[in-house]
Amino acid sequence: MKSIRNKVCAAALALISALAGTGQAQQSSNDSIARELDTYRSMMKSDPWSNPGMLDVDRGQALWKTPEGPNNVSLEQCDLGLGPGKVDGAFATLPRYFTDADRVMDVEARVLWCMEKLQGFERVKLLTRPHPSAGMPVKDLGAIATFVAYRSNARSFSATFSHPKEKEALALGETLFFRRTGPMDFACSTCHGESGRRIRLQPLPFFSKAEEARKILGEWPAYRVSTAHVMTMQHRIYDCFWQMRLPEVELGSDISIALISYLVKQADGGEIKIPGMKR
Amino acid sequence: MSEGSRTRFVVLAYIAFAGASYAQQMEVTDEARIDAAMHAAFPKASPDWLSRLKGDQTMRACSKSRDALPAEVARAIAARESATIQYPPDGRLIGDWKKGERLAQSGYGLRFTDYPPTRENGGNCYACHQLTNEEVSYGTVGPSLLEYGKIRKFSEAEAKAAYDKIYNSHATFPCSLMPRFGTNGVLTIEQIKDLVALLMSPESPVNRP
Repeated sequence: MKSIRNKVCAAALALISALAGTGQAQQSSNDSIARELDTYRSMMKSDPWSNPGMLDVDRGQALWKTPEGPNNVSLEQCDLGLGPGKVDGAFATLPRYFTDADRVMDVEARVLWCMEKLQGFERVKLLTRPHPSAGMPVKDLGAIATFVAYRSNARSFSATFSHPKEKEALALGETLFFRRTGPMDFACSTCHGESGRRIRLQPLPFFSKAEEARKILGEWPAYRVSTAHVMTMQHRIYDCFWQMRLPEVELGSDISIALISYLVKQADGGEIKIPGMKR
Repeated sequence: MSEGSRTRFVVLAYIAFAGASYAQQMEVTDEARIDAAMHAAFPKASPDWLSRLKGDQTMRACSKSRDALPAEVARAIAARESATIQYPPDGRLIGDWKKGERLAQSGYGLRFTDYPPTRENGGNCYACHQLTNEEVSYGTVGPSLLEYGKIRKFSEAEAKAAYDKIYNSHATFPCSLMPRFGTNGVLTIEQIKDLVALLMSPESPVNRP
């Protein structure tokens, strides 16, 4: 734990000194800032065990196996799409249609379903504050989803979107991606509709390009250095809607699952490398 | 490429490729279905926020065409959006560039964590635009605005054009990615004047690189 923190601190210090060194920056030095930022990012990624997100993979695994909730059962009989208890490779096939729930679900919606139906947790309580504040660890649901995703590492995104409801989710996701709403008139495509753009210094992936979608989708859930916790894809989309000046989107809503379906489809065939490491 | 030429290019590209690109798109066109899904997805939204879940006529046209409009629709949007622009009663469009610089830095306002408001809304210009050499943390979604006024010889007509673009970008560039700061009530007339000053004052750091 201590060595993880030390490595992260070293990387952060490298970034600060990189930025401080260019404090009186000229336009010509902007390229060097981009290079220093890349160095910072590659330092963070160079040793997978320096990623604090691994702690939540372990935590998620323990939670998966431990009897919990009013029914005092573990999640080991949870069906993630490949049959009860089958975790390896399941994330790579999501989102998918589940007959028992009669809807398309991503990993978080499915874990939520299992926590509710198997363990007896109240759905309302699980959805009240499903995402961590800055500096707080990812919630149990997110840690379990991170563990599930981790167990598809080195596999490729391969959701089929063959069921009519899967096709419907995909089509809705595509429509939503380009749909402009809110007081800022933003759509997802406002920021993610072109290659090589950035907000402040943060590069923005262009999700209609398979290469970029594969790289980014394969990194989520990811450890986010600035907020010091693992962030899940549902949380990432919740944050996008916050920035778009929309209200709080519910974890596992048809809207967020449709968007995730669209993104996963764009990333089809991309390698899963969980947990990623973000700014 | 300037935004103007980009818009023209996009319009032409749309005409050229409309048939081909449409065949690849999978869309849900039933607005009532989308509205129902949106309302269900934001159960914590208070009634006065529900309008945020649906774009107006202009945004629906931009979404549908993916910001690449047929020319006649573009003209209709420009006319409709121009009509929403309000000017200061005394006609003076240039405010205080120092206040403008602070507004350009601030992304505060209208997020669900910004209520009740503790300060004025920001314009967050640096999120997307380069403006000064002093600020190296700028985005590139929009064009660089470095030396904006100097390049335009600080003319009155250009100050009005800048005011219009900030108040309602679609009046100039239909389906621009930029928010309609005035029309949508994000910024006040006084704040927009301060941003015009940031762009158009000879003393502004934008014009003293």
